[in-house]
Amino acid sequence: MTALFDIPIQALMGQLMLGLVNGSFYATLSLGLAVIFGMLNIINFAHGALYMMGAFLAWMGLEYLGIGYWPSLILVPLAVGLFGVLIERSMLRWLYKLDHLYGLLLTFGLALVIEGLFINGYGVSGQPYQIPAELTGGFNLGFMFLPYYRGWVIFASLLVCFGTWYGIEKTRLGAYLRAATENPKLTQAFGINVPLMVMLTYGFGAALAGFAGVLAAPAIQVSPLMGSHLIIIVFAVVVIGGMGSILGSILTGLGLGVVEGLTNLLYPAASATVVFVIMAIVLMVRPAGLFGKEK
Amino acid sequence: MSRQAIAYIALLALGLLAPFFIYPVLVMKVLCFALFACAFNLLLGYTGLLSFGHAAFFGTGAYVAGFAIKGWGFPPELGILVGTAASALLGWAFGSLAIRRTGIYFAMVTLALAQMVYFVFLQAPFTGGEDGLQGVPRGTLLGLISLSKDINLYYFVLAVFVFGFCLIHRTIHSPFGQILKAIRENEPRAISLGYDVAKYKLLAFVLSAGLAGLAGATKTLVFKFATLTDAHWHSSGEVVLMTILGGMGTVFGPVVGSTVIVSLQNELADKVGSLVTVILGSIFVICVLLFRRGIVGEISALYKRMIGA
Amino acid sequence: MKCKLLNVALAALLIPAATTAWAQSKPAAMKLSDNMIKIGVLTDMSGVYSDLGGQGAVTAVQMAIDDFKAQYKPKFAIEMVYADHQNKADVGSNKVREWYDTQGVDMVTDLLNSGVSLAVGKVTQEKKRIAIFVGSGSTRLTDQDCTPNTVHYAYDTYALANVAGKAIVKNGGDSWFFLTADYAFGHSLEKDTSDVVKANGGKVLGTVRHPLNASDFSSYLLQAQASKAKIIGLANAGGDTINSIKAASEFGITKNQQLAGLLMFITDIHALGLQTTQGMLLTSGFYWDKDDETRKFSKRFFDKTKRNPTMVQAGDYSAVTTYLKAVVAAGTDEAGAVMAKMKSTPINDFFAKNGKIRENGRMIHDMYLMQVKKPSESKYPWDYYDIKAVVSGEDAFQPLSASQCPLVKK
Repeated sequence: MTALFDIPIQALMGQLMLGLVNGSFYATLSLGLAVIFGMLNIINFAHGALYMMGAFLAWMGLEYLGIGYWPSLILVPLAVGLFGVLIERSMLRWLYKLDHLYGLLLTFGLALVIEGLFINGYGVSGQPYQIPAELTGGFNLGFMFLPYYRGWVIFASLLVCFGTWYGIEKTRLGAYLRAATENPKLTQAFGINVPLMVMLTYGFGAALAGFAGVLAAPAIQVSPLMGSHLIIIVFAVVVIGGMGSILGSILTGLGLGVVEGLTNLLYPAASATVVFVIMAIVLMVRPAGLFGKEK
Repeated sequence: MSRQAIAYIALLALGLLAPFFIYPVLVMKVLCFALFACAFNLLLGYTGLLSFGHAAFFGTGAYVAGFAIKGWGFPPELGILVGTAASALLGWAFGSLAIRRTGIYFAMVTLALAQMVYFVFLQAPFTGGEDGLQGVPRGTLLGLISLSKDINLYYFVLAVFVFGFCLIHRTIHSPFGQILKAIRENEPRAISLGYDVAKYKLLAFVLSAGLAGLAGATKTLVFKFATLTDAHWHSSGEVVLMTILGGMGTVFGPVVGSTVIVSLQNELADKVGSLVTVILGSIFVICVLLFRRGIVGEISALYKRMIGA
Repeated sequence: MKCKLLNVALAALLIPAATTAWAQSKPAAMKLSDNMIKIGVLTDMSGVYSDLGGQGAVTAVQMAIDDFKAQYKPKFAIEMVYADHQNKADVGSNKVREWYDTQGVDMVTDLLNSGVSLAVGKVTQEKKRIAIFVGSGSTRLTDQDCTPNTVHYAYDTYALANVAGKAIVKNGGDSWFFLTADYAFGHSLEKDTSDVVKANGGKVLGTVRHPLNASDFSSYLLQAQASKAKIIGLANAGGDTINSIKAASEFGITKNQQLAGLLMFITDIHALGLQTTQGMLLTSGFYWDKDDETRKFSKRFFDKTKRNPTMVQAGDYSAVTTYLKAVVAAGTDEAGAVMAKMKSTPINDFFAKNGKIRENGRMIHDMYLMQVKKPSESKYPWDYYDIKAVVSGEDAFQPLSASQCPLVKK
């Protein structure tokens, strides 16, 4: 165990912070997946592509229209959400009566199309997005250096995640949503427009992905491949957490980000695989996932 | 002879003559992917399990065979056997984990496990990382036939394909295959009939993984090369696309699907560049929305309707 | 049943197939009598290295072909094909195999990315054509993986380490931590630089590897920071180098540690700006503003592409010209004869000074130690470098006696 104590506190805190940053992306994305899955019974493979689209729209807004970071943080999720609504209306709705696997396949195809279009337009190397002026620089906390922007990413995504949790668990609209998830026919019978809710849910999930994309743009390279790198880890996160609970997916996302950060410190070679190893272990011990309910 | 037998013989004749008219390396690539897709179809089409991680087995077959031939100096036939066995073993490990979940979860679990394999190949010392495992010699088959000539290798690859195809054909028409179909149609019913469903699923998974490995190992011989592309999740997606486009649950579907996709990629790569991905993705979407039976499925449905009319 | 029948039929066909000499009917190489020389440009069109080769490389090769035609009026046609290898060794080698088999390509060049080049080298040797590596850096190409059919043209990692790496250690940068692109080029650059650092009394404290085209360098840089090394050696290139330098400044690492970009191209300096890069030492085999000849070529190149040429793009032009001259001199496009001509003829053009191709395929020529100017010293656009020293090819590149290439007779 001496190896642990040899590690300078600066490196430890630094990696923990990066882990939290990644964890916030995992949390936001897996939350979106869980919300969509709850309502549509579809695993949205296009989620990574929507996240990438969010980052790219932010970059394009700045590059071509001069729209800055802060307006983008609102406008881009709206645009991506709208795009999600279009997908739901034009394609996904035709698949609800079929095996759920078709939803996965369709969204996989969509992910390829979106990714391919951006690769064709911008190549695979990333585009730089400047950190907004208000957030450049960082605190020197003595034991570590915290860039303001990374701190903001953690704060903003936690805010959105818990806002979503509150909205679903504690508000009337959320209650309708939960009811429609539980029993769509009965909910419809009570006069609630379930197809509309389904559409809005998908739009909202897409918007969450777009939001994460805007948050990520200044922190990493805006590249057409950024989504597909992430989506598979997020799938593993979803399997580990189980999609039963909103809070569960937020906590699992954050937790796994931190675990990854620590692995980076202790045994960097395993940092890319640690999430998948955890997934395998969870599957052996608790196949339904940490927060999942066995159907 | 039945009509079906004539079809088989016509196809075989086509396979035997193809290299005299088409660039043999391209046809060999088609054959490798066709075998890969047939193996995958055994799982998706006949057992109802959507694995989104089959590239792991394809890649494992490719790397292990490549390393056995290059690193240990194995002859090609033995190298391919070792690669196939390694994939089957990995299939057993992954299968045991993945069949604990069903449906969408099954797909996600296989995808995540395959991604783990991808990272292992990226970092393991014997794979050459991003450079790939280069310069695998084609060697001499059984110490007699030099495979360095494209035409000799071609007939070897064709033989491997025919072997794999026949094995799959045999399997789906055996009692074992009937039980798999029963599981696909109605799993609780199969359980209530007293079948150990998990065992059958696992067996199908292992068989499918092993054959995918055989395809990967053969591909290594063709290109003298095993790379990360083989194990990348894009390859997993491609094989799903080939199977669905051709027609899942049909015998010839995956062969047709892979022929179409590989030739499309080959034709389009120079002309439209990265738009190939967009085209493939669109085909995927169109298939799922409109032609869920795939090319072969739609044609045979049409044929049946005409006979019926 | 059916299958058994098929297997028997197949077995019957396999044996005669083995003895047919199908391949013999194909000509081994295009004769010049076919009146065609075809040059393939294999490069990175859309990835991290597209700025240093890419479309600019295609332009440079086309310029070389046009100039050659205008000057020498050859009696044969010269054509160019190009393709994107996407930085994937399999994509590249399959493409080149197809070019050789079906398109009659005689020579392939640019070849950014050492992993791709190693694979292309093997196919080229097998098919007895010629490949000239301009964009890739790994010394393996002329060391253990050398072939009689390949030339390594512009630079290599040994020269990078031996020119700028040495200068940095001599300036007091004696403890290093490497941030390495995890493939052939990065490994080679890390190894060659480590050797130079140790030979000059420095220490290597550690290394961390990142994938090619990495999206986020922060966690790697934190590891480099924790090492407390004076110098963080960036054993990567192109977009990866640019991103590591940016991330380092975000995390305040540049305050206490110094970054050493071991392979920096002028397009990287252009992208990062002088404010960030001033004072850096680097190695290059070409600078557009070195003399009148380089300025003349660069002006023409700039008019076509709106950028000044990198060492790779200028090298492409020079390599193609050298090859075409050798074809004319040899009177054939047979690879062995052309290679012999190229190896026996000294190269002196706007790109290469005192150049010659050694028996292991290494083209040695004068290399330059550059220092990036301060913003205040830069007088006009793209005025970025001071030439600090000229290092002769013999001194810059690995001595032949140390080469493990079996072609070197000892």
